[in-house]
Amino acid sequence: MYDTLIPENAVDQKEIKINAEDVQVYYGDTHAIKDVSVKIEDKTVTAFIGPSGCGKSTFLRCLNRMNDTIDICRVEGKILLDGEDIYDKKVDPVQLRAKVGMVFQKPNPFPKSIYDNIAYGPRIHGLAKNKADLDVIVEKSLRRGAIWDEVKDRLDQPGTGLSGGQQQRLCIARAVATEPEVLLMDEPCSALDPIATAQVEELIDELRQDYSVVIVTHSMQQAARVSQKTAFFHLGNLVEFGETSQIFTNPVDPRTESYITGRIG
Amino acid sequence: MSAGLIILVVLLIACAGFFVGRSRAIATAGGDIRNLHSRPNYYGLTVALFSAAPALMIAVLWLLLQPLYIEGQVSEMIAPADIPEGGSLSLVMTDVRRIADGLDVAVDAGTLTEDRIEDMRADLSDLRTRLGEVGIAVASEVRQNVFMAAKTYRELAAKLRLAMAVIVIGASLAGAAFSLLRINPDYRARNVSEHAIKALLILSSSVAILTTVGIIFSLLFETLHFFRLYPAKDFFFSSIWNPQFQGGSDLGILPLLWGTLYVSFVALIFAVPIGLLAAVYLSEYASKHVRSFAKPAIEILAGIPTIVYGLFALITVGPLLRDYFAEPLGLGNSSSSVLTAGVVLGIMLIPFVSSLSDDVINAVPQAMRDGSYGLGATKSETIKQVILPAALPGIVGAVLLAASRAIGETMIVVMGAGAAAKLSLNPFEAMTTITVKIVSQLTGDTEFASPETLVAFALGLSLFVVTLGLNVLALYIVRKYREQYE
Amino acid sequence: MTDASMPETSPSSKHTSSLLQQDVRTKKRNASEARFKAYGAIAIGIAILALVALMTSILANGSSAFRQTFISLDVYLDPAKLDKDGTRDPEAIAKVSTFGYAPLIKAAFDKEFEKPEIGLEGMKSSEAAKMISKEGPAELRRYVLENPDMIGETVRFDFLAGGRIDGYFKGRVTMESAERDKNVSPEQLQLADQLKAAGLLKTKFNWGFLTRADASENRPEAAGLGVAILGSFYMMIVVLVLALPIGVAASIYLEEFAPKNWFTDIIEVNISNLAAVPSIVFGILGLAIFINFAHLPQSAPIVGGLVLTLMTLPTIIIATRASLKAVPPSIRDAALGIGASKMQSVFHHVLPLAAPGILTGTIIGLAQALGETAPLLLIGMVAFVRDFPSAPPEGFFDPAAALPVQVYNWTQRSDPAFVERASGAIIVLLVFLLIMNAIAIILRRRFERRW
Repeated sequence: MYDTLIPENAVDQKEIKINAEDVQVYYGDTHAIKDVSVKIEDKTVTAFIGPSGCGKSTFLRCLNRMNDTIDICRVEGKILLDGEDIYDKKVDPVQLRAKVGMVFQKPNPFPKSIYDNIAYGPRIHGLAKNKADLDVIVEKSLRRGAIWDEVKDRLDQPGTGLSGGQQQRLCIARAVATEPEVLLMDEPCSALDPIATAQVEELIDELRQDYSVVIVTHSMQQAARVSQKTAFFHLGNLVEFGETSQIFTNPVDPRTESYITGRIG
Repeated sequence: MSAGLIILVVLLIACAGFFVGRSRAIATAGGDIRNLHSRPNYYGLTVALFSAAPALMIAVLWLLLQPLYIEGQVSEMIAPADIPEGGSLSLVMTDVRRIADGLDVAVDAGTLTEDRIEDMRADLSDLRTRLGEVGIAVASEVRQNVFMAAKTYRELAAKLRLAMAVIVIGASLAGAAFSLLRINPDYRARNVSEHAIKALLILSSSVAILTTVGIIFSLLFETLHFFRLYPAKDFFFSSIWNPQFQGGSDLGILPLLWGTLYVSFVALIFAVPIGLLAAVYLSEYASKHVRSFAKPAIEILAGIPTIVYGLFALITVGPLLRDYFAEPLGLGNSSSSVLTAGVVLGIMLIPFVSSLSDDVINAVPQAMRDGSYGLGATKSETIKQVILPAALPGIVGAVLLAASRAIGETMIVVMGAGAAAKLSLNPFEAMTTITVKIVSQLTGDTEFASPETLVAFALGLSLFVVTLGLNVLALYIVRKYREQYE
Repeated sequence: MTDASMPETSPSSKHTSSLLQQDVRTKKRNASEARFKAYGAIAIGIAILALVALMTSILANGSSAFRQTFISLDVYLDPAKLDKDGTRDPEAIAKVSTFGYAPLIKAAFDKEFEKPEIGLEGMKSSEAAKMISKEGPAELRRYVLENPDMIGETVRFDFLAGGRIDGYFKGRVTMESAERDKNVSPEQLQLADQLKAAGLLKTKFNWGFLTRADASENRPEAAGLGVAILGSFYMMIVVLVLALPIGVAASIYLEEFAPKNWFTDIIEVNISNLAAVPSIVFGILGLAIFINFAHLPQSAPIVGGLVLTLMTLPTIIIATRASLKAVPPSIRDAALGIGASKMQSVFHHVLPLAAPGILTGTIIGLAQALGETAPLLLIGMVAFVRDFPSAPPEGFFDPAAALPVQVYNWTQRSDPAFVERASGAIIVLLVFLLIMNAIAIILRRRFERRW
């Protein structure tokens, strides 16, 4: 049923959440991202697609400055979040990442209990006044991660004991717990089986109500299923960006067409 | 014929066998080496191996068993009356060996002849001065039986040496002949020599087992000997350590154990936080530049022999702690103290703890770090709340290994902790450890059969058991930890 | 720290705030971050400080061991005393004991005092002659025995100055301490100053420190490392000859041939445990097996070498296995693929490729063995050895000292001059270790291969 879920075209113009202008990324001497400008809307799922090594993950990691942890990586250009440059010297990446959460390719629950996994973010950011408050946040986040019913009886057990799909939803719940405004997902389903993938995709669609979601994906079908906007990256360039339905039915650039018809990739 | 010469002869036979075997193989193939199963060198190798390996093994066994046999034969000649008051058979046997060696030296030096030895009697000719002339000191007046035993000892040794030469060289020649006769073009010389080489490889690997067996046997044997002379209960539970060389010693392990644990504890208190923080800093924070000199500096610390640390404790740290802390605080005036040894031992352990922790921290997957950073955690939050808890089993393993190192360390405590066996809490007081006492009981001229000397073996066994237990536990924990992330 | 406590800042304030301003909590968290980072830097600082303090202490105490004070005197080798018969017969000369030479030195001293620029100021000349090391007559005797033709000549001879005089020029002995010292008097020190001014007393590089044998308790100035260096060298030969082949053979078996069974497991467990057994336990093993059971001589390099071999084996085996493992399986496959036997593929292809790694590991193992002290104490290497061991192979069975044990030995003596000697010996030991490690690093750099 999911592959038929082609999203309705965005009816009304939504608020711009992230505005990237002329972004360049260098890894040492390698020019990994070239002149990328893109506007990411609020309450929308934006998909980044492209062949492997095209820079889509690198660009995604620029959006919450995860690239800062890599010594040789250098970012130029402007990325504005609600009009504020996130690469401004005054910006603390720690504060930024609380606003722009991230979910990774492989589920990476901490070797702690399920409860502590979720509570980790709220604790470090000081989102709960007391234990009861924290309990509420944990429950709310797990519900949003669509995993509450499966784990509510074993919150004190280690998160690493869950199945792959449950782990990934736990990680999504963990990211949601810090009340971010943007959720970045780096191929969140690539390590999951089809059933778990379906569950996560359903979750992503629900999250769109409250967040701006950016998802990097390898699978064009997945992009078509979950996203409203799609950006196609090729060799570090943003080739085409637009409504998902338009990209998949009527691509402008010949490279996009080759990719979605399977001639390159 | 000396053992060295016999072995040399065997090796020469093996060498010659190689070339004879090689040419014989070529000859049997009618000069065309293509007719041979293996390359000619392999035929030579089989001959060499067959002539050397069995013969050398016989030689080694012979050398090990010969002293046992002679000792057994000769000690029967010693009557109970020959054993002086307070001495033991083994002490008399030492004298016998000494006299026998002395006679050999005297003969070599030309001051005695074999004929004269034959006629000699201990009480008539003054053997002691005679041996003294050639530089062999004999403790007491030599008794007749002892001298006769020494003579028998010499004769037996000479006979057996000759027998060994005949048998070993005979075995070598027989092996050579046997393998030479087997050579023909279809003989699978390569397979045979490869099997032989593989046997040698296995033999080499078993050296590790032999070493362990040797350690356990030598410790266990002498410890049992000790417990026959001194009650085990007193050894394990007495809180007094007071060896008296006239006998009547108190040999309780408790004060030594206390000193060992106290010094190790101080060392770990010092080394674990510093080593761990250093590892964290180097792997998570340090810039390339800092790393490029800090890492080698810490590695140098690891390569310095413990005697150097010992000297550092003795001439620098000890006086420093005494002059600036112990004396002003009125806590003591000894430069060797628990704190001296503990701090220096701690410095020695820093690189050990830090490199082990480094391995452990690096084994935590990057995904954990990413997950934490992605949620907006700072580096220190990530380290303290994600990485260190995840690495905890590995770190515990590292600390256990460090503890085992600290408990077994000798030179630093010998030179830094002092020699007084005490049960005290004051870290500025000199205390002593198990290893210090092993050294002090086994060095110097001590009578080997007394409980005061044998106690060192019991101490050694205790030390071995404790450190082995810690190591096994640590390795088990670390292995379990690694499996978690593999 | 702050992370554990529940903060009061209301959650709503966070999202309204601008990214460009740090909120209170973030400031606190960043402060905690900076603190933690500082702890790490302090830990590194302590480690490096310890290294610097260690090196400074050793260098400051030990570098003076390489300089030594000598007193030059013209000694008349009086035939009336040394060779009464005038036969120049070596045996007759040898009969004159060391005591017979002391008057010659005193006479030489007396002659110097006749010169106007040196004043004894009431000190007896016999007192003055004590400034020369007690080793002096023995050295003179050795010289005469080697050069009997020089009897009757006057020879310029550099005598070792006594330990206290030497200490005076190195700052260890002062006029005040000499007042309280029965081995030296302030007058002697003043005389030493005069001799120095007259050019008779010089401080030179101390070759004797590297070549002489150990000396007794009251002759620190004559104590040298010769026997210890030779003894350590002999032990290293034994370790190399035994540990390298056995270690390599064991590694080849374990890495290339060993089936997965209980026997292999036992060997593996044994090796990893032996690597962690306290070194003193190996000393006990050596004492019990090699000396008490096999009756090998005490203090002999062969026993020390055997004990150190057993200690070094695990290190060599671990290094060798690592470098064998680093040779890619494709090399083995290639050899097997053209019909070589397993043994041939290992000995012809894998082993040569792993050789640099094996060599590096062996050198590091040797360096470890060179610095090892505790086990050697138990097999009698602490004994006072004055005679050089003879040439190998007999030399392996002669009594000898070892470098680190010599250090320990000197620290057990009361004369403070031995502290200088011990530290100097450490410098020598560290230089050897430095050279060995440098060779290992160069080998690794030159031959390291990455597949």
